[in-house]
Amino acid sequence: MATRLSGPVTRVEGLTRRFGDRTVLDGVDLEIRRGEFVALLGRSGSGKSTLLRALAGLDSGTGGRLAVEGTVAVAFQEPRLVPWKRVAANVALGLDVPDPAAAARAALAEVGLADHGRAWPLTLSGGEAQRASLARALVRRPDLLLLDEPFSALDALTRITIHRLVLELWARHRPGILLVTHDVDEALLLADRVLVLADGRITHDSRVDVARPRHRDHPELLALRAALLTALGVTPEETP
Amino acid sequence: MSTSSLDLARPRARIRLPRPRLPRAGARLLSPLVLLAVWQLAGSTGILPDRLLAAPDTIAATAVELIRDGTLPEAIGVSLRRALVGFALGAAVGVGLALVAGLSRFGENALDPPMQMLRALPLFGLIPLFILWFGIGETPKVAIVAFGVAFPLYLNTFAGIRGVDGKLAEVGQVLRLGRAALVRHIVLPGALPQTLVGLRQSLGIAWLALIVAEQINASSGLGFMINDAREFLRTDIVVLGLLVYALLGLVTDALVRSAERRALAWRRGFLAR
Repeated sequence: MATRLSGPVTRVEGLTRRFGDRTVLDGVDLEIRRGEFVALLGRSGSGKSTLLRALAGLDSGTGGRLAVEGTVAVAFQEPRLVPWKRVAANVALGLDVPDPAAAARAALAEVGLADHGRAWPLTLSGGEAQRASLARALVRRPDLLLLDEPFSALDALTRITIHRLVLELWARHRPGILLVTHDVDEALLLADRVLVLADGRITHDSRVDVARPRHRDHPELLALRAALLTALGVTPEETP
Repeated sequence: MSTSSLDLARPRARIRLPRPRLPRAGARLLSPLVLLAVWQLAGSTGILPDRLLAAPDTIAATAVELIRDGTLPEAIGVSLRRALVGFALGAAVGVGLALVAGLSRFGENALDPPMQMLRALPLFGLIPLFILWFGIGETPKVAIVAFGVAFPLYLNTFAGIRGVDGKLAEVGQVLRLGRAALVRHIVLPGALPQTLVGLRQSLGIAWLALIVAEQINASSGLGFMINDAREFLRTDIVVLGLLVYALLGLVTDALVRSAERRALAWRRGFLAR
């Protein structure tokens, strides 16, 4: 592909979403540039998954403006592999390239599952299934990759390795990423930019200009952590 | 390395089904063999007269004789054909209607209410009507089987389609599957386990319906053979006919179960590990 413009891969203006008389999104403005890794924090029920679903094209009930340039791929909280398709067939599902099987093999090799293409999804561990889900998203060469808390159900050790994997894959393919999470440390370790969604709006937006790999007790990250926790409504003294 | 350290933290939840301790095969065979021996003894000594229940050796001899002269194979052939044709018709109608009703709201509104109403009709109560409509040839027998088969398949396939995980349907949407691909890759395979439950139910009904239908005005087939034997107090042939019915039912059920094992390998893999 020719040189890519570094313009926004998605632009959201005044996005609203109501469920009955409850307003979940109340005029969200958001721009994600190509290749930018953005983390979206929010308490549970803050509407962060609602925003992600809107970007994924899964919600037709929103108001406001929403534009996405190029292809979008999603990795959900549960890997959502289709259980009656083998892992490779899951990755290749709906893939519109000349040789989907070869593309799926390559994608599985990239996430360290080269030997698992013939496996049934229900025989995978949680970490393996989440890797397969990442492969299924990345094989589409997305311009925007939406990650909906994909690490939250993993155990701590698996989570560390998948964090590294996501950073590796992001560095190689450079999709814009929107990572929805409720884990402040995760957001600070991974993202270029951290947003907080509260009361239906983006209430906090800060850049994280710390070189990777990051260590969580880097002074700048600690300062940001305190600010983010305040933005999330948790006073820093409360935290251990 | 990210890949190698992953193995440390592999929380593989294996589901191990408790294996019931089966008594040895020999122990389980004992009581049927004793029963058989008692039955044989009662027959041979004349305590159990032939006109009530023929002895096992008589039944076995009759079986050999009827197989040799072609009566039994021909009767089985006729009955099997009725069952198969009726089953195929009923399955086509049941699954076809379930697809229409399951895949569109309009289809559901149009088809589901009449199907639910018809389902309430007692199958064997329809026989007089079927005889009036279709006469006393092959058609009413096939129609009764088809009618009995259609409903379990309709209900289960319909429920299976509607029960497909909405989260997987969203995956299809995100992967930009068109409607046809969504149906093919997500909806139909998702409905399959439930459809197979319906298939087994409907096969049971198929045999039952056939047995009842064959009691009426049959001039060939297993039912005719049994009825004819009753006229002459030939309990050996009656019992033989019943055994053949049972055997046919077992064989078809085994066929479906083997198809099930193959079609649902993705599930078995999970449980068998």
